[in-house]
Amino acid sequence: MSTADTPLPAELRARIADLARTEHQPRAASVSALTMVQERFGWVSDAHLLETASLLGMSPADLDGIATYFNLIFRRPVGRHVIMLCDSVSCWIMGRDTVCARLQARLGIRPGETTPDGAVTLLPIVCLGHCDHAPAMLVDRTLHGDLDAETAERLADGLRGAAS
Amino acid sequence: MSPSERPLTAMIGLPDGPPDCAAYGRAGGWQAVRRALRDMTPEAVIDLVTASKLRGRGGAGFGTGQKWSFVPRDPAATRRKYLIANADEMEPGTFKDRLLLEGNPLQLIEGMIVAGYAIQAGHGVIFLRGEYHLALERLNHAIAEAREVGWLGENILGSGFGFEIHVHASGGRYICGEETALLTALEGRRAQPRSKPPFPQVGGLWGAPSVVNNVETLCNLPHIVTNGAAWFLSLGLGPDSGTKIYGVSGRVRRPGAWELPMGTPLREIIEQHAGGMRDGYRLRAFLPGGASTAFLDAGQIDVTMDYGTVEKAGSRLGTGLAILLDDRTCPVGMLHNLEHFFAQESCGWCTPCRDGLPWVERLLGAIESGTGEPEDLDRLHDHARMLGPMGRTFCAHAPGAMAPLASGLKLFREDFDAHIHQRRCPLRETA
Repeated sequence: MSTADTPLPAELRARIADLARTEHQPRAASVSALTMVQERFGWVSDAHLLETASLLGMSPADLDGIATYFNLIFRRPVGRHVIMLCDSVSCWIMGRDTVCARLQARLGIRPGETTPDGAVTLLPIVCLGHCDHAPAMLVDRTLHGDLDAETAERLADGLRGAAS
Repeated sequence: MSPSERPLTAMIGLPDGPPDCAAYGRAGGWQAVRRALRDMTPEAVIDLVTASKLRGRGGAGFGTGQKWSFVPRDPAATRRKYLIANADEMEPGTFKDRLLLEGNPLQLIEGMIVAGYAIQAGHGVIFLRGEYHLALERLNHAIAEAREVGWLGENILGSGFGFEIHVHASGGRYICGEETALLTALEGRRAQPRSKPPFPQVGGLWGAPSVVNNVETLCNLPHIVTNGAAWFLSLGLGPDSGTKIYGVSGRVRRPGAWELPMGTPLREIIEQHAGGMRDGYRLRAFLPGGASTAFLDAGQIDVTMDYGTVEKAGSRLGTGLAILLDDRTCPVGMLHNLEHFFAQESCGWCTPCRDGLPWVERLLGAIESGTGEPEDLDRLHDHARMLGPMGRTFCAHAPGAMAPLASGLKLFREDFDAHIHQRRCPLRETA
């Protein structure tokens, strides 16, 4: 059984239920609840979506409509690290396509894919508000700017070298 | 400029990071909350902000005092109302609110207390981009400290006015910046815009009166209340008041953002503050205030960056952060990139936007890659004409997307023709 199928831990269920109670209506907590699940498991599995929906008093389809609407909620497994490379206009002008091509070659994956060792998922992301340091990318929760192909490649290598 | 001439950023970039409540107070903070809550009626705050001629810094430029004036004031104290900070900075090429959020979160909090008091809202929400992790951390820290010290909570300064703030980290969609879509997102639904009326000031979050103000707008309020409307009016160089955080991205020597007097000429911003174009690059055209503003030609670089002048020049001030197109970057490729963004970020609610924008993206992609046909230009013009004017689509997303396209089709006509006739991008090999 993968972790995606294990029930949500009691403590996480309690936090989601608490959050739902403090909102004007429980459904207002849906993005926050999905984010909490994702922070724990990396993504939101079907089993976890069902459980979260029931905690919020929503139908699974309703909650899935929200989960699939937002860019930052993952409904498929991702690697231990997620690289989000900006694909918006300032980064494009400053050469993000070159950076992306090098990352793809180095990782052996295309945007939207995960390396076979499960270390890294590569995703495009809209403007990160770091345009004065374009090209920019987020690695997990850390913002990196002034990238060129070499610095991006070194960052990616570091992620694969690290244990998790 | 002295700190009083750049009020928004005076406390930003200090060696110790953002100020805590005490340091913020020593540097002049909290005066506005004291003055507003102790000495002013809510109406007096609205009148003061109206007199200051503060206009929304998120892109639309609506008068802040006027926006507040639509909130029902009666029965003021008993009714649930919301003051929402729009911190969903997702306009491509824009990086000013992140600076304010990370650099001095207490300034935003003070501005929100002032605004909340003016409209008599007890609930404040900061709608923050999910990608702004550092801002989230610093905001939550600042809110917790302000609550502990007593700047937030019940009965602030014994005034009888209470105010709470919580942060909502978004799941990430550009349309959430549109205020009614933002409200829908806060209610835990797919963030589609709502029809107006009712306007948010009357029927907003959970049907309650709500005001949505941009981060930079709110950050101006403490300074207006502390220093007065006349001072704020004197800061602007032209018809508009205050300062503005301007910025430049693209192939300049020093891309960045700077707080400058409202109405600063773009030439000064590019040449003095951004250090001019990098060696080997010439300015060709620019988007004055984000991806959804129309291209202006390099010859219009002397435009002063105030709302009316940029509009007369044929575009919009937008967020005030300019994106520069240089002579070695393909304008068709740039448009393709822009329209990819707008197509992806369409909420999908109304047909012209949901189906039109991907069509535009495909046409531009074909032209850029050398498989475009002359009649593709007619289709692009059709879209610009039909999606461009406000009112053809449910919200302003598609008109925003058409602004760079319509202007680009005119300005870069020769580039489009060259792509179609040569069946390749003429700049690709030389770049």
